[in-house]
Amino acid sequence: MSLEIIVNGESRTTPPLSVLDYLRSLEIDPSRVAVELNLDILPKGEYASTLLNQGDRLEIVHFVGGG
Amino acid sequence: MSQQQTPDKLVIGGREFTSRLMVGTGKYASMEQMVRAIEVSGAEVITVAVRRVNISDRSKESLLDHIDLKKYTLLPNTAGCYTADDAIRTCRLAREAGLSDFVKLEVLGDEKTLFPDNEELLKAATVLVKEGFTVLPYTSDDPIVCKKLEDVGCAAVMPLGAPIGSGLGIRNPYNIRIIMDTVKVPVIVDAGVGTASDAAIAMELGCDGVLMNTGIAGARDPIAMAEAMNLAVRAGRLAYLAGRIPKKLYATASSPIEGIIHE
Repeated sequence: MSLEIIVNGESRTTPPLSVLDYLRSLEIDPSRVAVELNLDILPKGEYASTLLNQGDRLEIVHFVGGG
Repeated sequence: MSQQQTPDKLVIGGREFTSRLMVGTGKYASMEQMVRAIEVSGAEVITVAVRRVNISDRSKESLLDHIDLKKYTLLPNTAGCYTADDAIRTCRLAREAGLSDFVKLEVLGDEKTLFPDNEELLKAATVLVKEGFTVLPYTSDDPIVCKKLEDVGCAAVMPLGAPIGSGLGIRNPYNIRIIMDTVKVPVIVDAGVGTASDAAIAMELGCDGVLMNTGIAGARDPIAMAEAMNLAVRAGRLAYLAGRIPKKLYATASSPIEGIIHE
């Protein structure tokens, strides 16, 4: 079974993982990013317990150089 | 400062800083050059932008791998936001990604000038202060807007010296002075600094600090310019504290008149 979700504006297919496992599958260090799930901030402490659902919209951001 | 009892610290949102220069992390040729330039600048507060992680290509190095978070206070910006809602959303993400409530709030009104949309800025600042953010807004050199930003609880105001990345210097020093008379929170000149004298002028006017990115990163030798800016901000601050002589139209001799050998 797989889900369709939108990640940073792109359609993606994923097995039903937790947000933490999904970040790991993308090789993203969870301590270095912030995640918004369906427009709400997802606190870092909830990555492991939050399961992805069909149609979820994820924003995964980090810091880059800027002024 | 030799004549002062207490060290000359900059206090923003309850945090103390020794350096009055804040620098950006954008536009450098390499991470190594950025790290070195920041180090040489002596800055303790550094701005960063919040952007989507590239989920297709994970090869790019992460900015935070290069920045010692024990040494620097990160000031995430809301660059590229044109509405209060987008800026608020970016700040919430920044707080979750980072370590503090500090945000450099910018809400732009126009792509060509990158001038602030002060109406949206004020709206966003009001919400963010209520949510516990320490808000440092990039704004116009308008004393009325700066006062309103102070009144809604901003921890500092950051009027522009000139358009972002323009290098035009402090275009309206009189407004900057009026802003300093108008608000009690620190006044940081943000944007427009092109060379060391621009930074010194801002500090001689009595500003509490200067924030710049392109002025350093865009120089032919960014590391040398970072040092120049470090010295300029310190020189300008010292000159302000020392109290300059009044400007006069005619000469005043520096050597005594008495004892001249001719009649």
